[in-house]
Amino acid sequence: MQLTNRSKVVVKKEMTFIERMYLPAIFSGMFITFKHLFKKSATIKYPEQTREFSKIYRGQHVLKRDEKGAERCTACGLCAVACPAEAITMTAAERKPGEEALYREEKYAATYEINMLRCIFCGDCEEACPKEAIFLTDRKVDSFYTRKEFIYGKSILVEGLESDKRVDVSVRETKAVEEFKKQKEFAHNETYDKNKKKTVAGH
Amino acid sequence: MTLDFLIYKIILVLIVFSITLLVATYSTYAERKIAAFLQDRIGPDRAGPFGILQPLADAVKMFMKEEIIPNVSNKALFVLGPGICMLTACMTGVIIPWGKSINIGGTDYPLQIADVNIGILYLFGVLSLGVYGIMIGGWASNNKYSLLGAIRASSQMISYEVAMGISIIALVMTTGTLSTGEIAAQQHGWHWNVLIQPLGCLIFIICAFAETNRAPFDLPECETELVGGYHTEYSSMKLGLFLFAEYINMFISSAVIATFYFGGYNMPLIGRWVHDPNVLAILGFVFLFMKIVGFIFFFMWVRWTLPRFRYDQLMNLGWKILIPLSILNLVLTGAWMMRHEIINYFVK
Repeated sequence: MQLTNRSKVVVKKEMTFIERMYLPAIFSGMFITFKHLFKKSATIKYPEQTREFSKIYRGQHVLKRDEKGAERCTACGLCAVACPAEAITMTAAERKPGEEALYREEKYAATYEINMLRCIFCGDCEEACPKEAIFLTDRKVDSFYTRKEFIYGKSILVEGLESDKRVDVSVRETKAVEEFKKQKEFAHNETYDKNKKKTVAGH
Repeated sequence: MTLDFLIYKIILVLIVFSITLLVATYSTYAERKIAAFLQDRIGPDRAGPFGILQPLADAVKMFMKEEIIPNVSNKALFVLGPGICMLTACMTGVIIPWGKSINIGGTDYPLQIADVNIGILYLFGVLSLGVYGIMIGGWASNNKYSLLGAIRASSQMISYEVAMGISIIALVMTTGTLSTGEIAAQQHGWHWNVLIQPLGCLIFIICAFAETNRAPFDLPECETELVGGYHTEYSSMKLGLFLFAEYINMFISSAVIATFYFGGYNMPLIGRWVHDPNVLAILGFVFLFMKIVGFIFFFMWVRWTLPRFRYDQLMNLGWKILIPLSILNLVLTGAWMMRHEIINYFVK
């Protein structure tokens, strides 16, 4: 049965005199290496040059805040369920009155940890997230000396409050994200009108 | 007069010695660069522009490393090994004619340290001594890998010296002299010995690769089988001397190949445009150097192309192919030189 056209029938024939001299083979080999002398080198001089990433490169995660600066994550746990490497753990907590500016909904993640050594950067967590809270960015995970340091907590994962510390994830925002953004219902608590009929969110 | 002579010889020795060291130093850099270019890489480029100071950094590293002498080793011999290697490597440079003589104030100053009339014999004698450094170092290390490397080195040296010697005998027959200076002088214009002795030249080059322990004949130090071969137990500058001696050997081998077979300091047609003998002598030195650099590149090019021989293949090539071929070369050369007598014998 022939699967591909690449298979070669092995013939164990005696080498001819020319072949046994090996000189033609040596010269052809030398010619091949000589050609490489003029080829462009594949080296990227790292600290000065960096490899160009793909537009939708999946690197270190970010936990997004909404426009007003409240954390979007509600600790639903769907990302942890979706994670094939079981890298994500979290504990949920209830929002106290007065914390409306910090957390967008009544439930939030008190701790949220991603083990960067387990993570395979597949992007299933951002796919699973119903609140568009977690995104993968084009940042690289740093290197550390101990395993413990690779467990990223909220202090690293949540993006900064100030506008210049926000992480731009627009390249990774799909149509579903844009749809989600249109829902003014969750934009912030003060715009939430109880009398208005609830629109069913996209999920 | 004799004091003049002495001073001139000392100056010449110092110049040749420093050039040898300089070329060997930068051969390490060239080796890494050429290896990189042949493999589509860049090579060392951090120390200085284009990494030009890399050999200095390497030397500093070598000197700074901890010096380890194994307890079980024979300490005197252990230290002696790299010394002999280095000494014999530097000794061969004296018989290379680096150029024609320079005429200053009516006196001729030949650019050759010692034009002994048995130059080739001297060369072979010193070359054979070179393996003692490896043997003593490998044996004194009291390590099985070192010993295996040393044994390989000596057996390889013995096997390939025979073929090398016989191919040189054919050269000596055609040139009629054992003096390297005369061999170089005879090759003016297009009378390069490679055109007269192509087979002998090929055998000589192959044997030169084996004698310098360069790939594909680097069995004495093959990392994959013997860790580091004879220099497994060495560290610091003693290791550096072993490695450095290899590069000096490569430089000297290139010079010898260029002198014996590729015209030495001669360049065809140059006599038509340049007539001043002093300028010609300096140009000759430049030409010889270009040839040497070319051969050093060839050494490195081969190293990064061909894989290492297996031990039995090495012995087969040496004893069953190169020695019969060199004897054939010898017989053919003799027959060619005696062609008139042979024809006369049959025609009469």
